[in-house]
Amino acid sequence: MAYDKFTILQSTAVPLSTENVDTDQIIPARFLKATEREGFGDNLFRDWRYDSAGTPKADFVLNDPTYSGKILVAGKNFGSGSSREHAVWALYDYGFRCVVSSFFADIFKNNCLNIGVLPVTVTPAFAEKLFAAIAADPQTEVEVNLPQQTITLLATGDAESFDINEYKKDNMQHGFDDIDYLINIAPEIEAFAGNR
Amino acid sequence: MEKTTLFDKIWDAHVVKSVPAGPDVFFIDKHFIHEVTSPVAFLNLEKRGIGVKYPHRTIATPDHNVPTVDQDQTIKDKLSRMQVERLRQNCAKYGIELHDLGSAHHGIVHVIGPELGVTQPGMTIVCGDSHTSTHGAFGAIAFGIGTSEVEMVLATQCIMQSKAKKMRISVEGTLGKGVTSKDIILYIISKISAAGATGYFVEYAGSAIQSLSMEARMTICNMSIEMGARGGLIAPDETTFAYLKGKEYAPKGEAWDQAVAHWKTLKTDDGAIFDKELVFEAADIEPMITYGTNPGMGIKVNGNIPSTQGMEGSNKTSYLKSLEYMGFAPGEPILGKSVDYVFVGSCTNGRIEDIRAVAQFVKGHKKADSITAWIVPGSREVEKQAQSEGLVAILEEAGFELRQPGCSACLAMNDDKIPAGKYAVSTSNRNFEGRQGPGARTMLASPLTVAAVAITGRITDPREVFQN
Repeated sequence: MAYDKFTILQSTAVPLSTENVDTDQIIPARFLKATEREGFGDNLFRDWRYDSAGTPKADFVLNDPTYSGKILVAGKNFGSGSSREHAVWALYDYGFRCVVSSFFADIFKNNCLNIGVLPVTVTPAFAEKLFAAIAADPQTEVEVNLPQQTITLLATGDAESFDINEYKKDNMQHGFDDIDYLINIAPEIEAFAGNR
Repeated sequence: MEKTTLFDKIWDAHVVKSVPAGPDVFFIDKHFIHEVTSPVAFLNLEKRGIGVKYPHRTIATPDHNVPTVDQDQTIKDKLSRMQVERLRQNCAKYGIELHDLGSAHHGIVHVIGPELGVTQPGMTIVCGDSHTSTHGAFGAIAFGIGTSEVEMVLATQCIMQSKAKKMRISVEGTLGKGVTSKDIILYIISKISAAGATGYFVEYAGSAIQSLSMEARMTICNMSIEMGARGGLIAPDETTFAYLKGKEYAPKGEAWDQAVAHWKTLKTDDGAIFDKELVFEAADIEPMITYGTNPGMGIKVNGNIPSTQGMEGSNKTSYLKSLEYMGFAPGEPILGKSVDYVFVGSCTNGRIEDIRAVAQFVKGHKKADSITAWIVPGSREVEKQAQSEGLVAILEEAGFELRQPGCSACLAMNDDKIPAGKYAVSTSNRNFEGRQGPGARTMLASPLTVAAVAITGRITDPREVFQN
């Protein structure tokens, strides 16, 4: 079940330039014991965000009040490792609606699309521009425009277009999900299954 | 006729329809579920007011969070217990086959699938677990999915997937003494990085791969995801057929002959085009170990941790952060570093051949006093076999603690956690920060290397111990 419709998002952004952030960091396995989908945001990046006593670590970006927003600008190879969709639930629950990176792991990217968190793949050069702009002015706004498939640094007008297939784009814009589609073509699937 | 790859043949035979400018509607033959990534999928089915369309195509087992002691008793951890109970309820409600704790075929989902003969060549197999790629060893398209997709499979037996690009990785020649299939895959990942196969489905080929047993092939396919690949597969051959023959769910009699005749057609045509081809020499591969916090950070066990030469920016920062977590310095050798725990188990190396290899190695020796050694069979069947072959006795004599089947310390969802700051050499698949417990420092290696470390208490080249 997708959560929201996604069209145009304007927001400040949170920078996390670390490379190869795996889904065990996004949500450690010991917090996967729920039987419902809500509440994972509290444990987002748990072991980077809190020490073992539960005290926030001042040097982690989510604990730095300078940075906030609905867009996470992440380092290369974000979301690698475990297929746990809980990683995306945690990002969503925390308040992120878009993750930007120069390189995403496959399953994570699929999971994002299925939940309605938009994964935006940019060139490494544009990712660097984003990190630099956010570092220079944490209040700088980024616009992610799904209908136009563009991402723009509003202060400078620096922009880049991004890829998304038409089917997923349409789903995200209308808040549909794959099950809606699959249930609609049930007779075709039944005919296919019947021959096996 | 167009030359196609094994991956094309299986994929194309499972496309119900292609969405214009979108993904394929992809039919799934077999679906494995476990307690952690399925409950929300079932919950959403209820919210939508729909059921499970083809329950006989799904098989369940609780493995991720289960305790590895006292499995005959009620699970003490409340949340784990609730997840396992929810799995039982859902399986009962929808008529899904469940291999529950304590039953004859309980175990890690990727161990029991092949063991039962559920996994067969030419199939499409998914599970809400990234190590589903394990089943590719049989010449199946098998990969991990998210919970939304688990819901799709339960509801419709299909998911929406874009076809991946194709890569062939060939390993040619003969492996050296003390070198295992775990070393092959750790070597490949160290060469191409933890993201080196992202966007691809990999076919493993070449004489070194063909010479491997089914279990060794499973170890390789299992870790395909650790280089970012959607999955990995190996063309079925006589080794595959011999493994499957007589298994509970394998075809019997005439159906067997028909199946084998079909399975023999499942191979890449000569001249078929891959998007990327890599070739490695088996002779270049030595026992491997990881030193960092992703599986691409691997070196030969007698090598040095790479220096930061040539690194810059966030690449260098991330590298140093990783080494800081591990307590290692760039450029230093890894041999001789002291270790606190060894773990033999997981869907990567928790099968009978792995346990045999460790037992053979440690027979007549004692583990080092400073080492805590856990051995967790991948399934009840593996456990039973280890007992009947006398391996359990050998391992206990050597000071190993044998536990009951489950994912255990691979991801430390249960109590099998490595304490903060401690070093574990593990036969599992991931060395991520905190993977084996908050603050735990994991080094991935083969069962042979782990056995050598257990005896010496230090990072050790298994070939050295052989000589002594």
